[in-house]
Amino acid sequence: MLDANDLNVFPVDAWIQDGVAWIALNLRPLFLAIKWPVEYVLTLNIFLLQEIPFLAVVAVAVLLAWRLASLGVACFTGIALVAIAALGVWSEAMTTLSLITTAIVICAAVGIPIGIGCARSDRLWGVVRPILDIMQTTPTFVYLVPVVMLFGVGTVPGEVAVVTAAAPPLIRFTNLGIRMVETEMVEAGLAFGATRRQLLWEVQLPLAVPTILGGLNQTVLTAMVMSVVVAMIGAEGLGLVVLQGLGRLDVGRAAVGGIAIVLLAMVLDRITQKLAQPGGPGGRPLLRSLRALVRSGPSAEDKGVARTAVSNPVISSPDQ
Amino acid sequence: MLAAGAKKSEVLTKTGMVVGLNDVSLSVQSGAIYMVMGLSGSGKSTLARCINRLNEPSAGRILLDGQDIVAAGEAELRDIRRTRISMVFQHFALLPNRTVAENAEFGLKLQGVSPQVRRRRAEEVLSIVGLARWGNHYPHELSGGMRQRVGLARALATDADVLIMDEAFSALDPLIRTEMQDELLRLQRTLKKTILFITHDFQEALKLGTRIAIMADGELVREGTPQSIVLDPGSDYVAAFTREVDRSRLFDARSAMSPVQPVPLTAGLCLAETGDGGGLVLDDGGHVVGVLDAETLRGLREGKPYGDANFGTLRKDFVTVRECDSLLDAARAHRAGRPMAVVDEEGRLTGTLAGDRILAGIASAPPHPAGGLHA
Repeated sequence: MLDANDLNVFPVDAWIQDGVAWIALNLRPLFLAIKWPVEYVLTLNIFLLQEIPFLAVVAVAVLLAWRLASLGVACFTGIALVAIAALGVWSEAMTTLSLITTAIVICAAVGIPIGIGCARSDRLWGVVRPILDIMQTTPTFVYLVPVVMLFGVGTVPGEVAVVTAAAPPLIRFTNLGIRMVETEMVEAGLAFGATRRQLLWEVQLPLAVPTILGGLNQTVLTAMVMSVVVAMIGAEGLGLVVLQGLGRLDVGRAAVGGIAIVLLAMVLDRITQKLAQPGGPGGRPLLRSLRALVRSGPSAEDKGVARTAVSNPVISSPDQ
Repeated sequence: MLAAGAKKSEVLTKTGMVVGLNDVSLSVQSGAIYMVMGLSGSGKSTLARCINRLNEPSAGRILLDGQDIVAAGEAELRDIRRTRISMVFQHFALLPNRTVAENAEFGLKLQGVSPQVRRRRAEEVLSIVGLARWGNHYPHELSGGMRQRVGLARALATDADVLIMDEAFSALDPLIRTEMQDELLRLQRTLKKTILFITHDFQEALKLGTRIAIMADGELVREGTPQSIVLDPGSDYVAAFTREVDRSRLFDARSAMSPVQPVPLTAGLCLAETGDGGGLVLDDGGHVVGVLDAETLRGLREGKPYGDANFGTLRKDFVTVRECDSLLDAARAHRAGRPMAVVDEEGRLTGTLAGDRILAGIASAPPHPAGGLHA
């Protein structure tokens, strides 16, 4: 009788082992080059978030949540952060937050340009799309395999995995956002003599911002999930709390980690979702809100609010 | 393939490509509103978009003051689009994230004009289109008509001399559309742009157009002034459009009047016969000074003297219409038994208009031979 195990004649594991050994040996500079910026940004973020006093972090987070989203989200953010501190996992939570913010920075720096490139070139999109499909259908857990092989274990390789997992939605949404800009808008740009660059910056990108922010929300959530999973390859943070709790059969500790993760995830989701929400009560375009933040400063907030209140039309429906 | 005599359907089956335009040749005079009229799929928009090469023509030439746009390189084309040709879109195509003023100055911003200069220009054009106080609002706060005014302001801001209006008023409510048409005519009196206006609405074409080109199936089927097209559609296809036209508003008094040949009457006065046996008396400047009825005129011919030898006490019961007045206006002015004088801009008599000729003009029936007297 033929047994399934009899068919196991391909020593694939050995091949891959050899292949990876070869790659690790010969392409080491490449992986170092990939690792370096990740490490740099991550170290900076961890340093900042760990060094800034607890109250200052809460204050900044609440302010951001208020200005970018709404007062309700700001209240929730404050309560959630205090709760995390009360659970005794503040430092771990800040490490996780560093992993996520680093992922946001790097994904935005890499993903948005790739997305723009894909939107402008069907050929590039034809190459990138299947890769994204594979990346997004791969379970997050499986990402760890190549990462460990190529980058080793620890927080920085963990961050590489987070960035890799989190980038696809942003690329996809950027591409989609730009392609969805109405042809008449693009034609208007062309008819008035826009160069390709002007068309992108004056017409396509501003109109794609809401969609891109939707992608950012997806990226943040994926990064959140991944930042927990990478505890398995030795990355620090809330994931490690859960993992340790499970390892020691310390259910209480694992639950504490879990609760903190949920709280942090909800805060991030609320804030980024509000950013992308079209015309909702608190939905304001990110750029304008940031500009208002910078221009008015915390002392003249009322003015800033008044300005942004009139100005949420970026996302108003296209037939208006 | 088309040049070799292939039909459009043959091109489609053999190459999978649709022929948008085939052998269309037009010349548009500067300062005119040139209407391109056709139903959807007739190629009218394609034609307009070829002008600023939003659609690339595969063959042919587009000359703008002698410069061939089709042959222009990328930079040259950009320059033409920035300074020579601007465009108004059917669905306005205003950027929702920018204020009305920022939208109006869009073309100037692309040219790299400094913020102060372009803001001043934006305010100028916004006040031209009647939106002076709306500069800081966003497009979504405006009604459809106001948004298209912004679209128009944006097109005017670059000071291009050619304006392509692609179904510019088609997305507006009927009342607003009429208002915008009147507005465009009013603006055009001072702006004197060369406007290429695309429309599927024949009434709109008649109302706005200096000349009209009617397209069907990528080809030009009729071209001419509104009046000439209605008078002579030339084909059943065009006749289907002209059938419903309100001719009383379209045709002016000039088109239906009988021209006059004044003959000297006495020193300094001329006589122009009105066709019913009577005549109008003109001074030496060509202005109508009075009326002679049929009986008096016959009397004069037979040698009877007029009561007052200097014609100082002529009857004044005639009505006057201008050449450019519509037949509807003429019909309203018409009074039984009173001759109607048609005068030019300076008030000089150029013709007379009898009631039956007004009716014939409105019915677009071929006018019967002029003048009952000589019939």
